[in-house]
Amino acid sequence: MEWEVVIGLETHTQLRTNTKIFSGASTTYGAEPNTQACEVSIALPGVLPVLNKEAVNCAIKFGLAVNAEIAPRSVFARKNYFYPDLPKGYQISQYELPVVGKGAVTIQVPAVGKNAAYEKVINITRAHLEEDAGKSVHGAVEDMSGIDLNRAGTPLLEIVTEPDMRSAAEAVAYAKKLHELVQWIGICDGNMQEGSFRCDVNVSVRPKGTEKLGTRREIKNLNSFKFMQQAIEYETRWQIETLEDGGTIQQATVLFNPDTGETRAMRSKEEANDYRYFPDPDLLPLAITAADKARVAEEMPELPEAMKLRFETQFGLTSYDAASLTASRELAQYFVETVDAGADAKPAANWVMGAISAKLNAEEKTLAESPVSAVNLASLLKRIADNTISNNAAKQVFEAMWNGEGDVDAIIDAKGLKQVSDTGAIEAIIDEVLAANAAMVEEFKAGKEKAFNALVGQAMKASKGKANPAQVNEVLKKKLGA
Amino acid sequence: MINSSLKTLAQMLANKEISSVELTQTFLNRIDAYNPVINAYIALDHEKTLAQAKAADVRIAAGNATPLTGIPIAQKDIFCAEGWKTTCGSKMLENFIAPYDAHVITQFDHAGAVNLGKTNMDEFAMGSSNETSYFGGVKNPWDFTRVPGGSSGGSAAAVAARLCAAATGTDTGGSIRQPASLCGFTGLKPTYGVVSRYGMIAFASSLDQAGPMAKSAEDCALMMNVMAGFDERDSTSLNRDKEDYTRDLNKPLQGLRVGLPKEFFADGLDAGVATVIEDAIAEYKKLGAEIVEISLPNTSLSIPVYYVLAPAEASSNLSRYDGVRYGHRASEYTDLMDMYCKSRAEGFGAEVKRRILIGTYVLSAGYYDAYYLKAQQIRRLIAQDFEEAFKKCDVIMGPAAPSTAFKAGEKVDDPVAMYLQDIYTISTNLAGLPGMSVPAGFATSTDGKSLPVGLQIIGNYFDEARMLNVAHQYQQVTDWHAQAPTLDKPEGSA
Repeated sequence: MEWEVVIGLETHTQLRTNTKIFSGASTTYGAEPNTQACEVSIALPGVLPVLNKEAVNCAIKFGLAVNAEIAPRSVFARKNYFYPDLPKGYQISQYELPVVGKGAVTIQVPAVGKNAAYEKVINITRAHLEEDAGKSVHGAVEDMSGIDLNRAGTPLLEIVTEPDMRSAAEAVAYAKKLHELVQWIGICDGNMQEGSFRCDVNVSVRPKGTEKLGTRREIKNLNSFKFMQQAIEYETRWQIETLEDGGTIQQATVLFNPDTGETRAMRSKEEANDYRYFPDPDLLPLAITAADKARVAEEMPELPEAMKLRFETQFGLTSYDAASLTASRELAQYFVETVDAGADAKPAANWVMGAISAKLNAEEKTLAESPVSAVNLASLLKRIADNTISNNAAKQVFEAMWNGEGDVDAIIDAKGLKQVSDTGAIEAIIDEVLAANAAMVEEFKAGKEKAFNALVGQAMKASKGKANPAQVNEVLKKKLGA
Repeated sequence: MINSSLKTLAQMLANKEISSVELTQTFLNRIDAYNPVINAYIALDHEKTLAQAKAADVRIAAGNATPLTGIPIAQKDIFCAEGWKTTCGSKMLENFIAPYDAHVITQFDHAGAVNLGKTNMDEFAMGSSNETSYFGGVKNPWDFTRVPGGSSGGSAAAVAARLCAAATGTDTGGSIRQPASLCGFTGLKPTYGVVSRYGMIAFASSLDQAGPMAKSAEDCALMMNVMAGFDERDSTSLNRDKEDYTRDLNKPLQGLRVGLPKEFFADGLDAGVATVIEDAIAEYKKLGAEIVEISLPNTSLSIPVYYVLAPAEASSNLSRYDGVRYGHRASEYTDLMDMYCKSRAEGFGAEVKRRILIGTYVLSAGYYDAYYLKAQQIRRLIAQDFEEAFKKCDVIMGPAAPSTAFKAGEKVDDPVAMYLQDIYTISTNLAGLPGMSVPAGFATSTDGKSLPVGLQIIGNYFDEARMLNVAHQYQQVTDWHAQAPTLDKPEGSA
C-alpha cells in the first residue's frame, strides 16, 4: 500500500520585545539565573499581569504578514497545570479567542532528485500570544533541582498551521519560510540555539487517496531544521511500519533524540492534563482597532511576496530567482544595494545567488560578515559589463576581493587580467593558432564542429585567457569562412 | 481620643495637641492590653510603627501633612507590606515576609499614615466568621463569645474595639460589609476597579475589592481619598480622575429615591434585624427620602453563582502556593508530586481546600459549560437586575447581613449556613457595584445580648460619594455609629 504523511506545525516564536509580556522584567538572554525575575516573574502573592503593548504589535505584524484575520477582540486565558518552572501554576495564553485567525503563507519546496521545485500554500489556523515558562536546572547544586525564572514571562507567539504538509521537505520548507518571515518583519531574532524559534510537529499517516486523518503523534520542541527533517522521516517510517505490522498508533507526545535519530513517546494522551482553561480575570479582553492595525501597517517593511513580484516586473527576473533572492530580507537587501550601486539586475542576481551564497555557505558566514560588500560586487559586475574583464577573469578577481586583496581595478591590474579586445591583436593570435594547428583546421573543414571549439580554446590559451571570447569566436569564424 | 473622628485627630495633630507618636502609642498600648484576648492583630512591629509615627511628626512639623498624616491605621493581612510578615491568615504563608508593598500600602505611606500592624482574617479571605484563620478566631468586641464576621474580622474587631483609628479590609462577597454590620461600624466596598488590587493577595480576582472600615461615613470618605485611584499595575484598575469622596457629604437628602428590594426582606431575615432596618428607613423618610419598592429577582441565585465563580478563580489563584519558591513546603516528600500534595495538604485549611476542590471541579473538561459558563451568564442577569432597579431609584437599602453576630463555633460545621451570611452582599460583588454597611441600631439576641445591626446602602457604579453622603446625613441625626462596646478590663490591668 502507498502511504501519505500528513503534517501540521505549531511554532513558538519568541517575540523581540525588551521586556516580558506581562511585566517590566528584561528578556535579555543568558543572564545569571533569576536576575531577570521580578516579583511578577516569580509569582509572589498579590502580583498582577499587565500586557506589554509591544508584544501585541508583534502579533499584529504577523497577522498582516500572513494576510490573516486580526481579532478585534481576543481573550487571555489561564492554562492550569503544576510544574516547578511554571511559577503561577498556570500559563497565561489565549484559548478560544486568539489574536490572529486564519491566514496563509506560500512556501517554495526545493527540487529533490528528479522531483522539480514547486510552490505550495500552507494555511495558518491561528496565532496566539502567551508567556513562556522558566527553566529547570539540574546539577548546579548537588542532589537538588534549581529553577531559573529569567525566561518565565517571555512573550511568545504560537503559530499553528492546518495539516497541509505532505512531506518532511514541505514541513522544513514551511519552517524555514516562517523562520525567515518572522525575522523579516522584525518580531523574532530567529535564534534557534537560544530557543527563540521552536517547532512542535504533528505527524500522522494514512493510505494514499483516503480522506480520514490518521492518529497523530506530536514531536515536541525541535530547534533545528536538520533535526526536523530527520525526526519527521523517522516518525513517518515508524508509523508506517507499525501499521503495516498490524499495530495501531496511539496519540502521544514524542521527543526526538538527535544522537539515535529516533523519536520516543514522552507521555500518552491518557495521562494528558486537563488544563481547565478559563478567561484570566486579571486581564481585560484585548481590543485591536482598525486604527491600531493601520498604525502597525505603516511600520511594516515591504513583505517578501510583494518584493518578489516587484523583482519580477521591475528587473525581469524569473519567478524562481525572485523567490530565491527574497528568501531572506538580508539577501534581498544585498541584491537591491548591488543594483542600486550600478550593476545590471540579472548578473547581480546570478552572482548573489551563486558566488556570494556559495562562499557564505562554505565559510558559514552571514551576509553582514561578507568581505565583499554589495558596492564591491557592483564594481566587479560593472567591469564585466564594460568588457574590461571576462567572466572567467571575474571569478579570479572575486576570489581576490573575498580574500581582501584590494579593490576591483587594483586586482585586475595586479593580476594583469584586463581583457584584450583589440581586433588586430586578436587576429594576430588567431593567425598563429591556425598556422600551428593545421590538422584541426582540416578536421573542421571536413565537418567536425568540435574542432572549432578546440581552436577557440587554443586561441584563449595563447592569449593567456585575456582575449575577449566573443571576439575570438567572431574572428575565427570569419577566417575559417564558417 | 480613641473615639475621635479622623478629622478631629488630624486637627489635634496639626494643632500640636498631640503628636503622632503619642497617638500611635495610645493605640499600641490598647493593642498590647486587649489583643491577647481579641486576636485582632496577627503581626505587630512596634518599632516599625513608631518609626513611621516619628516620620509623620516631622512631616506635620514641616507643614506638608495630608489629612491622614500621623493617623494609625490597621492593615488587613491580605496586603503585602515590605518587611512585614504577610500571611493572608494561612499556614501556607506563615513565614512569608513580603518584599514589596501593595498599592494600598504605598498610598497610605505616601499619605503619611502609620501602619499599626496586620489584622487577622479568614484564610485567604474565605469565610464569614474569621474562624478559618490559621492564627485563630477573633472575638467580637460586643460579646467575646461571638464572631466578628469575616473575612475582614481582625480589622472589624480592631475598629470596633478602638484598637486603631481606622482599618482597611477587602470584600469579595461581603467581607467588609458583613463584619461591619456584626461589629457596628461603617464599611465601604467600592465599585470594582476603583482601588488597585496590586499587592493584595488574590482570592477571586473578578470580585475582590479593597475598601475602608472606619467609625463613620466621613472617616470612610477620607480613607477612600487615599485608597482610590488608577494604578497601571492592575489591568482592571479604572483610569478615572481622582475624586474627593468628602465633596458631597453635606448635601441634603430631599428627594432621594431609596429602593427597597423585596427579596431582601423575605424569609431568612432575622426579625430583630428587620425592625432595625425598618426604623432606619423611617429615619430616611424624615430626611426627605422617597421610598420605592424594587425587585432584584435573581438574588437567590447569587450564592450558587458566587460559589461556582469565586472557587473557580481561587483554585487557579492559589496554584502558586506549591512549596517551590516560598511559603510552606512539607519537610519530607518522595518526589515532586508528593512535595506538591503534602505541602498543599499541610499548608491549606479545610475551607480553602473545599473551595479549591469546588473550583477545580467546575473548570474541568465536561463541567465547564454547565457550571462556569452558566454561572457567568447568570452573573450578567444579576447585574441587569441592578441596572433595571437603578432606573427607579438612586440608592438601594436593606440589611447587610441576615442576622447579628453569631456564636463562635455555631456555623463552622455547616458551610452552607455560613455562606448564607453573604446573601445580601454577594450580588453587588457579582455586579461590581459599590456597597456599604452603616450602623443602624441594635437587636437583642435570644440570650439577651444587645448586638449591632448594619444598614446596607448599595449605589450605582462610581456613586461612592453619593453613598457616603447618604450615610453621613443619617449619621448627623443618629448616633448608632458613635456607639462603642464596653470592653472587659483585661486581666492584670488597673
